[in-house]
Amino acid sequence: MNEVKKTLPIKGMHCASCVRTIERSLIKIKGIRNAVVNLATEKATVTYDSDICSEDQIASAVSNVGYKVIIEDESADAQAMADKEKIEKAKELKDLKNKVLVSLFLGLLVLWGSFPGLMNTAPAFLQNFFVQLLLATPVQFWAGSMFYKATIPALKHRTANMDTLVALGTTVAYAYSAFVTIFPQIPKSIGIEPVPYFDVATIIIGLILLGRYLEAKAKAGTSEAIKKLIGLQAKTARVVKNNKEVDIPVGEVQIGDIIRVRPGEKIPVDGVIAEGESSIDESMVTGESIPVDKIKGDTVIGATMNKSGTFMFKASKVGQDTMLAQIIKLVEEAQGSKAPIQRIADIISSYFVPIVIMLAFITFGMWYVLGPQPAFLFAMLNTVAVLIIACPCAMGLATPTAIMVGTGIGAEHGILIRDAESLETAHKINTVIFDKTGTLTNGKPEVTDIVPLNNTRKDEILRLAASIEKGSEHSLAEAIIKKSEQEKVKLDSTTKFKAVAGHGVEGVINNKKIVFGNKKLMEKEEINFSSTVQTAELLEKEGKTVMMLGVDGKLAGFIAVADTIKESAKDGIKALEKKGIEVIMITGDNQRTAQAIAKQVGIKKVFAEVLPQEKEKILKSIRQAQDPELTEGQVQNDNLGGKVAMVGDGINDAPALAASDIGIAMGTGTDVAIEAADITLLNKDLRSVASAIELSKKTMRTIKLNLFWAFGYNIILIPVAMGILYPFFNILLNPIFASVAMATSSISVVMNSLLLKKTKI
Amino acid sequence: MTVDKIIVALLSIGGIIFTYWFFLMKKEDKAFTVNKNSVDITVKGGYSPETISIPKGKTTTFHFIRRDSSSCLEEVIIPDFKIRKYLPMDKEVSIPITPQKEGKYEISCGMNMFHGKIIVKDPEQVEG
Repeated sequence: MNEVKKTLPIKGMHCASCVRTIERSLIKIKGIRNAVVNLATEKATVTYDSDICSEDQIASAVSNVGYKVIIEDESADAQAMADKEKIEKAKELKDLKNKVLVSLFLGLLVLWGSFPGLMNTAPAFLQNFFVQLLLATPVQFWAGSMFYKATIPALKHRTANMDTLVALGTTVAYAYSAFVTIFPQIPKSIGIEPVPYFDVATIIIGLILLGRYLEAKAKAGTSEAIKKLIGLQAKTARVVKNNKEVDIPVGEVQIGDIIRVRPGEKIPVDGVIAEGESSIDESMVTGESIPVDKIKGDTVIGATMNKSGTFMFKASKVGQDTMLAQIIKLVEEAQGSKAPIQRIADIISSYFVPIVIMLAFITFGMWYVLGPQPAFLFAMLNTVAVLIIACPCAMGLATPTAIMVGTGIGAEHGILIRDAESLETAHKINTVIFDKTGTLTNGKPEVTDIVPLNNTRKDEILRLAASIEKGSEHSLAEAIIKKSEQEKVKLDSTTKFKAVAGHGVEGVINNKKIVFGNKKLMEKEEINFSSTVQTAELLEKEGKTVMMLGVDGKLAGFIAVADTIKESAKDGIKALEKKGIEVIMITGDNQRTAQAIAKQVGIKKVFAEVLPQEKEKILKSIRQAQDPELTEGQVQNDNLGGKVAMVGDGINDAPALAASDIGIAMGTGTDVAIEAADITLLNKDLRSVASAIELSKKTMRTIKLNLFWAFGYNIILIPVAMGILYPFFNILLNPIFASVAMATSSISVVMNSLLLKKTKI
Repeated sequence: MTVDKIIVALLSIGGIIFTYWFFLMKKEDKAFTVNKNSVDITVKGGYSPETISIPKGKTTTFHFIRRDSSSCLEEVIIPDFKIRKYLPMDKEVSIPITPQKEGKYEISCGMNMFHGKIIVKDPEQVEG
């Protein structure tokens, strides 16, 4: 049993009897345990067993009695959640800002009245200890309340965090100061001047809160990319029903709905154009910078912008299945994952706070026992400095903030990274293997040359070839028919059509015997093609497939078909080689075509005539060559040697993608989550392979710098705060400076991560 | 060495031992066994319950509710399930999890200061 409780908005209710009708209809469904309908909120709360009954069943039962369940779109929920988060964060920030202003104002007054050298300029009342106590108390217990609120429940769980250290440090300073203010005779009796340190407590709280405020503002920038994606979602859709156009919320769009989109409007969901054509700007979702021309039958992506024409499309994916929703989910998942490099920081940060507290005890004991007079004051101030300077936040923020910015930048450029581990591994890639068809090439053969012979016209060749190929299902035939459609060639009817396997096709058009195919077919039909051998070979060397046309026993001409190379292929490969990465091509094509394509794109190493099932094997052997100690079946040591990436279309080469260290898939249609891929290139731009590696390098550099800073900061400054420099240089760290250092430490880590946004990939 | 110094030295050593015992020798809580496909987790100075036992292969929904204003706890992370969620104050956030492998999985706050644990067991071993 899988019990689920859901509240579903219902449309169309107007009286109490509606409530009963809906409740009755719901209770009848098998699997529903309880159904309560509320007229005021227009919602039904249903408890059901999701193994037996589904939300769709509930919706149809309700619609059968004349009402409508609004199945809430989870992406709209994401929007609502993001808005809620924004409002709450804004409120928190405002609250924090007030606390910062008040505590710094009061703190500065206290400081003015108590800081040696400065206090002489202050009015007499500010120098009064009781006035200082009065000024410091709201800072300690109102502005600083958040430290206590976090510390007390944490202590109940026997855990501690940053707030614990601040609470301990400031409480020690405040309590001591309050004590000497109220009972000055007690310290006097043991030879200690009763001077309070309210400035330490208040300024520390003010500065740490200021640090928190700035950190929160900066942190908001790290998740900007996902917020931008969520904000892309269209709010309404213009659905055409019974020849009428109705604007409905995007969450109510159903699969199969016909939606009209006008120029300048956002496409609400994914679908297929049913009527009309247009140019569509998909850059916001796929990162593809040039608008794409789309005609009837082409796929459109929700949240992209219609530029010029008006068209109607049939919704094919709605709600959580749209490409945008999938992208958001994938980016969110990547940001929720953990990079292996973070492990060490995790281990340290989980012991960090208790260790700092222990160091604080050591500091107090050492200074009291071994320190100069007044030993108690030295001991206390240095203990406060230790508690305040320690900054576990910087360690905790070092990796995730950089990962969030890195994956976000990727998504903005149409590079979807599955998880933090993939982002981390990608920078070690030193070999990239490209699949040919559909990856380096467009995967759609196109007619590249039409060569007429013996006084035949070009259009005549195309007309005859297309007419006879009409009945064929070969992919090359598709290219020829497409070309004839583009050239608007009128086709003739064919009789006696016959496909000759491995040769071509033949038939009769206008009483003429037509044969169309390769050399073997010409030889079989005894058609002389010797005069064209040189030209044909030349074309083949360019990676093209040549098909000859014979009319009544004579060669009329030939057509060359080739899979066109992606515009970005050459630059993409050049970019990789510039990085010193070895590029390899793998294909099932014959050597000559493979070599020709490789030459065109600038690849030197080629594996040709590879059967699909052999790709995985070759990949494994390349990985093994990278790490000679690797034996069959052994998993490559993550820290050894370079990594091998495989770039493919994600469908035919899924096993090879999975067998590589980093599988990079070219985005296809509106499916984003390609199972075997670590990185998906939605923009289908091959230059993005190098960009993804660059992004990984830059993110890793940022993480390493962050970790170096966060660890280095604590390793150096905690001993300084303990007073390690005092015996040699007489240097001690004022707790106020400790709080400045602490506040800047975590901000600098977040800011450094944000700097990633400025880098070009 | 004067008496006060001896006392302070002893208190400091005592403080160190106490800190070690209090924070680092904490006994793991008995795992809370989920038996209704969902579990309510209060986020206040940590996670209550802290250790949650759920069955393998079944969806368990974690209803997190944050009652602690500490910014540390505003995000919950369950990295093995690629989950990083913002937890608004006093509002329930539901996270469904369907584990496919038995084992121990970590729950932590955004800065890895507070921890919880999910123990995934074979459905037959999970009582209830």
